[in-house]
Amino acid sequence: MNIVRYQRYPQSDLSVTFDRLTTVRNELDRVFESSFGSFFRPLASLNRWNPAVDVYQDNDQFTVYVELPGLKKEEIEISLNGDTLTIGGERKSEANADQGFRTERYFGKFQRSLTLPVPVNSEKVNATYKDGILKVVLPKAEEAKPKQIPVSLN
Amino acid sequence: MNIATQPQNGSSALAGEGERPVQYVTPLADVESTKEGYTIHAEMPGVDKSGLEITVDNGELTILGHRHPEEFSGEPVYREIRSTGFRRVYELDPAIDTSNIAARIDQGVLTLTLPKAESVEPRKIVVE
Repeated sequence: MNIVRYQRYPQSDLSVTFDRLTTVRNELDRVFESSFGSFFRPLASLNRWNPAVDVYQDNDQFTVYVELPGLKKEEIEISLNGDTLTIGGERKSEANADQGFRTERYFGKFQRSLTLPVPVNSEKVNATYKDGILKVVLPKAEEAKPKQIPVSLN
Repeated sequence: MNIATQPQNGSSALAGEGERPVQYVTPLADVESTKEGYTIHAEMPGVDKSGLEITVDNGELTILGHRHPEEFSGEPVYREIRSTGFRRVYELDPAIDTSNIAARIDQGVLTLTLPKAESVEPRKIVVE
């Protein structure tokens, strides 16, 4: 199974450099708490929000879990294109602070894609969202299910 | 803003005497400060109302979130989600009225409102 982490920039030296920079920023934030935070804030937009994903499978289906705390149902988009499942959306900030703010949570767009190794029955894909966790159940197509053929011994 | 200091957001905490340390994740949290008080938004996916323990003791606010166990069907193919609970400690601004702290959790985001006591709100004194 191939799972592609969403990347706003193609994998290049540039994005690696930025990754390193944002890590340094995180380190600095930790050392100086929030005092440097606002100075480096523009770089925060380079931090990609990659919601954590779990995938389980059994003989009949795949179950995909995605951690998406604090969204509304309407803000989550799930699409199945061939064997690629894409989960995306946008979380809007509702910040309301007149005397200061310390932020760690990610806001804005996110997207995760994963390629399923066997065909699924797209008609019967079912998704639920509870306690900030999205659960998508994808039943395997009949022809993809492992079959046991009983062989009788004579 | 005293509220933002976290003296002991350890990844482990003692569950009790003689027990092994329990592992926790520090939840990502936003803190908003207004004239009336503070609001904390902490991300705790997989935690519902029954899994939350919020305590105020000796000027410290402790948030504990236990994930409710999910029955997974089948075997894991790929895992990124940690199954450990959440823990975070905040040192409270003494101006906060601890008897009026309110909490709610909606889709895995805990919202805590910590109002300041009325007596410490700035008051204008008129000179006669």
